[in-house]
Amino acid sequence: MRLRLRFAKTGKIRWTSHRDLARIWERVIRRAGLPIAYSQGFSPHPKLHFGLALSTGHESVAEFLDLDLRADAELPTPEDLAALPARLTPLLPIGIEVTAVAEIPSSSTSLQEAVTSCEWSIELRGVTPEVAAPAVERLLGADELIITRQRKGKDVTDDARPYLLHLAVVGPTDAGTELAAELATRPRGLRSSELLELLDLGATEGRVRRLTQWMLLDGTRTEPLAVPAGATSAPPHTELCAT
Amino acid sequence: MTVWNELEPLLGKVQKPARYIGCEDGAQAPEHTPGAAAWLLGYPDTYEIGLPNQGLQILYEIINERPDGVAERTYAPWIDLEAELRAAGVPLFSVDTHRAAADFDILAFNLSAELTYTNLLNMVDLAGCPVRTADRAADDLLIGAGGHCTYNPEPIADFLDFVVLGDGEEAVGEITEVVAAWKADGKRSRIEVHRALAGIEGVYVPALYDAIYGDDGQLVETVPNDPAAPERVEKRTIADLGDWPYPRRQLVPLTEVVHDRLNVEVFRGCTRGCRFCQAGMITRPVRERPAEQVRTMVAEGLRRTGYDEVALTSLSTADFSGIEEVVRETVNDPSCGGSVSVSLPSLRVDAFTVQIAGEIQKARRTGLTFAPEAGTWRMRQVINKMIREEDLYAAVRSAYSQGWRRMKLYFLTGLPTETDEDTLGIAALARNCIAIGREFHKNPSVTVSLGGFVPKPFTPFQWFGQNTREELRRKIYLLRDELRRDHNIKLRWHDPNATMAEGLVSRSDRRMGAVIEDVWRHGGTFQEWSEHFDLDRWLDALERAGLREEDYVYRHRTEDETFPWDHLSAGLHKDFLWQDWRDALAEVGLEDCRWTPCYDCGACTGYGIEHVVASAVPPAGGSQGTGQDRSRGGEVPVTLLRAKPVPVGAGAAER
Repeated sequence: MRLRLRFAKTGKIRWTSHRDLARIWERVIRRAGLPIAYSQGFSPHPKLHFGLALSTGHESVAEFLDLDLRADAELPTPEDLAALPARLTPLLPIGIEVTAVAEIPSSSTSLQEAVTSCEWSIELRGVTPEVAAPAVERLLGADELIITRQRKGKDVTDDARPYLLHLAVVGPTDAGTELAAELATRPRGLRSSELLELLDLGATEGRVRRLTQWMLLDGTRTEPLAVPAGATSAPPHTELCAT
Repeated sequence: MTVWNELEPLLGKVQKPARYIGCEDGAQAPEHTPGAAAWLLGYPDTYEIGLPNQGLQILYEIINERPDGVAERTYAPWIDLEAELRAAGVPLFSVDTHRAAADFDILAFNLSAELTYTNLLNMVDLAGCPVRTADRAADDLLIGAGGHCTYNPEPIADFLDFVVLGDGEEAVGEITEVVAAWKADGKRSRIEVHRALAGIEGVYVPALYDAIYGDDGQLVETVPNDPAAPERVEKRTIADLGDWPYPRRQLVPLTEVVHDRLNVEVFRGCTRGCRFCQAGMITRPVRERPAEQVRTMVAEGLRRTGYDEVALTSLSTADFSGIEEVVRETVNDPSCGGSVSVSLPSLRVDAFTVQIAGEIQKARRTGLTFAPEAGTWRMRQVINKMIREEDLYAAVRSAYSQGWRRMKLYFLTGLPTETDEDTLGIAALARNCIAIGREFHKNPSVTVSLGGFVPKPFTPFQWFGQNTREELRRKIYLLRDELRRDHNIKLRWHDPNATMAEGLVSRSDRRMGAVIEDVWRHGGTFQEWSEHFDLDRWLDALERAGLREEDYVYRHRTEDETFPWDHLSAGLHKDFLWQDWRDALAEVGLEDCRWTPCYDCGACTGYGIEHVVASAVPPAGGSQGTGQDRSRGGEVPVTLLRAKPVPVGAGAAER
């Protein structure tokens, strides 16, 4: 049986890496006593499948984790599943909140392959909305946006324009400007830092938060797992650990 | 006041920002009040090295349980963040609530390695506090230290307001009371708090002592300059480890650290009597934790943390009474999840120990480490680590036969009386291990790890002149050349230059403080890290201070010489140590007093305490450091079939 979990990662905890997060989840699943399946072999690992990595320092309210339960384990009832978010969140570090759980078919396409784009909130520090707006228009009006990347130790150029699905100025923040962006993830994706380079405003990256991940299912845009109506969503930029 | 808002923009610019956020399971956010002494507990190395430190975690909990104390933690910011902090004017901070260091009353360090001293100075400076005690204002931070290195605190005496010798569990409470009272009184006088601290057993206040030097530059004595200071400061020892089941809530880091697992201390102290080992000398007597408490701490700890590995920690862990039962129950306890592995970080060299290791490390059977320490039986008699070759080979055979493929062997070089025959003996041992491995595997491998010996205070080798850098390098290269064609044997060694610097600090006096400060001022932080260690900084600093390597590192000390730590006491009689030194030179061993009559080293008798062991007989396996067959365990009493020790000096006659 395969479960999909949706969770948020906000506050100080955003400074942990993708790898750190995987280790945190392994411990939490053991603590929760979930009958997780292990890989075979010399060094068995719990069968956890993470979605697209979130860069260290970025927040998200739309992270996903698939996990396989042992074939011989007693299957959780729908009530068990409904209670799971409230059971897992207190075991997780402050700032990680499980917002939804559901069973998915074991044959589901992996998250990394299924997700085609993500929506982001990106803060540009040191730039006003008035300055940011023309740069945003320039990118949207361009036919191609050439960026240079390192790949296998070599410089290669890519056209970033196809990845820029949406970009708009939301408004001012305390330190600059908030942008809303939808960036494609396949085949390679476009990083927020690369977007900043393309904007060429000399701005530094402030708060970056993933808001949504989108899959294309039979031509329809859908979330890997939606937050149920009435569920709490992660609070805005608060420092949960700080007192 | 929190500095989080200033710190946070810097985190995107540095490596591994998770080091600085706290938020671990077990972290506390204590409420600071005017009536509570606020401790900032520091480890002078990176978060990854410092977080797992059990001593720091124990004190963190004990202080936070008190109504008159609060404790938070801090670690040395890595070089990249340090630069950012200095550029942005952000001070050293706690990782728990990101409070500025200056908001605390005490900044206290755990010192377990000499080469971290420059980091200590750097952290005091980042805290916004003058590095020298004499320059501090009445209400500046009190800078304290504890841990094994503080048995010779003299090289950093000018930087520390107080030093705790020995176990900290009880002393921190008494210090908290004194500092809370001083704080309530408005921190009016620094000398008054120094005097009050000096009245606590086990607490040394360096400013209340003067070091007197003779015309020849030799230290004559270190004497109190204030009636509040005792002539000699005795270490603190907790009588029963069972009274202190800490840490109760071990910190679970969010990012990878060393020893990333549950750690449960099963006993403290060791009386094997290895003469090079400072830890074994200063932590006596042996105090075992009751087995039942060990089981509870393991089971509750695993359940709470979600770890799938627990380390039973101590010196020579296989000596714990009933170790087999404890590990077997842990591995088989269904409430522990059923897939828990147990590690014994300090393995004795015998087949019995490997047998236990085999039962408990069912998965991840990759490498196993043994520490014969020396290449020949003669040399092992000198250092009183009397492992027979048969013991090592039986252990290695047992390991290879149970599926391990890689062995790591630890050796010291630069030991007293060491000859090239002893050095080359290491190669012979390693080759024989490979030959045994070939009986079981096509491609067995052995890694030989060679450390340069640094004589430490309060050991029988404290009189020994350390090998020079050149001599250590010659011995290392001798072994390297000898092993050149042995492709299955990999040789690693510790940089002899770093060994020298460690020796420079290990046994030096207050004058070395100028050198440590100079190295720090010239950018010499993280000297434990080979990529940041720079010998020239130390040599230049020595020259500027007018001090010589020869005097502090290479010189043999004489019997009547005053040591910089003679006004401090680890309980051990100096004449006992001197006799043991003479016995070492005569290649005479000394038995483990846990299971044989007392020879009055002073550690128990001086403090009216005793060994706390659950079993009156030694465990089975190998020679037990006696050179005899001890494979049947406690059936036969342990005795040494050796000539009587050579009596030397007046102290020996009294015994």
